Amino acid sequence: MAQSLDRLKESPSQTAGPYVHIGLTPNFCGIGGVYQSDLGSTMLNGETKGEHIELRIRVLDGTGTPLKDALIEIWQADANGLYNSPAELRGAADPNFQGWGRQPTDMETGVCLFRTIKPGRVPFRDGRLMAPHITLWIVARGINIGLLTRLYFSDEEKANAEDPILARIEHRVRVPTLIAERQGDTYVFDVHLQGEKETVFFDS
Amino acid sequence: MAEPGSNRAPETGAFFQRDRQWHPAAFTPNYKSSVLRSPQKALLSFDNTLSELTGPVFGHAMLGELDNDLIHNFAKAGESAIGERIIVHGRVLDERGKGVPGVLLEFWQANAGGRYRHKKDGYLAPLDPNFGGCGRTITGEDGSYAFRTVRPGPYPWPNGPNDWRPAHIHFSVFGHGFAQRLITQMYFEGDPLIWRCPIVGGISNKEAVEALIAALDMQSTIPMDALAYKFDIVLRGRRSTLFENRPEGN
Repeated sequence: MAQSLDRLKESPSQTAGPYVHIGLTPNFCGIGGVYQSDLGSTMLNGETKGEHIELRIRVLDGTGTPLKDALIEIWQADANGLYNSPAELRGAADPNFQGWGRQPTDMETGVCLFRTIKPGRVPFRDGRLMAPHITLWIVARGINIGLLTRLYFSDEEKANAEDPILARIEHRVRVPTLIAERQGDTYVFDVHLQGEKETVFFDS
Repeated sequence: MAEPGSNRAPETGAFFQRDRQWHPAAFTPNYKSSVLRSPQKALLSFDNTLSELTGPVFGHAMLGELDNDLIHNFAKAGESAIGERIIVHGRVLDERGKGVPGVLLEFWQANAGGRYRHKKDGYLAPLDPNFGGCGRTITGEDGSYAFRTVRPGPYPWPNGPNDWRPAHIHFSVFGHGFAQRLITQMYFEGDPLIWRCPIVGGISNKEAVEALIAALDMQSTIPMDALAYKFDIVLRGRRSTLFENRPEGN
């Protein structure tokens, strides 16, 4: 026997279930008066720097049906590529941009909308720049552990081509599953949970 | 940047990798909703980048006075929710055993009859006009937290022909890094439905299930008022950055 490493185990995940809105977006599901507003529902104010964009995201199950009870959180850098976080040591991020948002998918259409800004580039561990991207975390009934992935931008072809994370995807036909398509000021992004177009999810 | 006024050096190490055998698998067919919602291809593994290491800060100033009191935060003035009054308390720790301060905890649950205040819940048990079912708090310097609520009821759900959820409280846990993000459920010591539940059954390790069962804590009860349950939550730990190679200039 060797000494014990004396570590704890992470609490096991459990599904967010069908009523996740009660806890995370109570105003959205009709529980008013407890919190002033739903946390993460507004990402921008009049002073936020950067190009204003809209993300139009759907999450599709194995039959191609959009989930109407999912919840998505996004996390991203500001327009200069700085995170508004104590672990960001490179400088102060835009004080008018927290970089975090939370939205439920619409209960009728399954569409989830975020109004945010296009993030700048953030360095990879070795100092190379990653392409602009937004990290997504998806939970819902039937999802036992939250799904982590990224949204990249279709109009950043050159940056995407040199992105160290995209470069790690062995089956190149799967790279487009992480790239949102630009339509005006909106980026459209379908997350496929299963099937031929299954989105690349992360273990990081 | 570091929080103003904080003596703590910001922690920037990568998180310990997740033990995916300890968590429930994505595909757990006894929980039918997982069948068409579980990714089937291999996950892309990589060491955390800044995008996973960083995360937003939630300050105590955002909290309302009744945010951690589900007995009163939806109740009419002078009234309170119906049910067995309980205090749920504990600490948020990381895998190295350190308390994690500043963690945003959000919780939601059914009322004492097992009914959720949600238009998709059609269970015949009635709504309690004084119970909304949501609350939140932020952990203190030692990672501790507490809230007051009523014990939720168990309820039947459409999965198998006669499946019942054990009494449970949902927890959303927001630590310091986005890669620590976690949703889980707390169960109650002694509930015979825990071991019959297809959602709990997605966890294959008995010890892992037991890590989600809160213990009755008689020392923390308030006599003639409320019982107490202790529920600790563990988030991914961080590596030390002491010997990590950094690109020039960092």
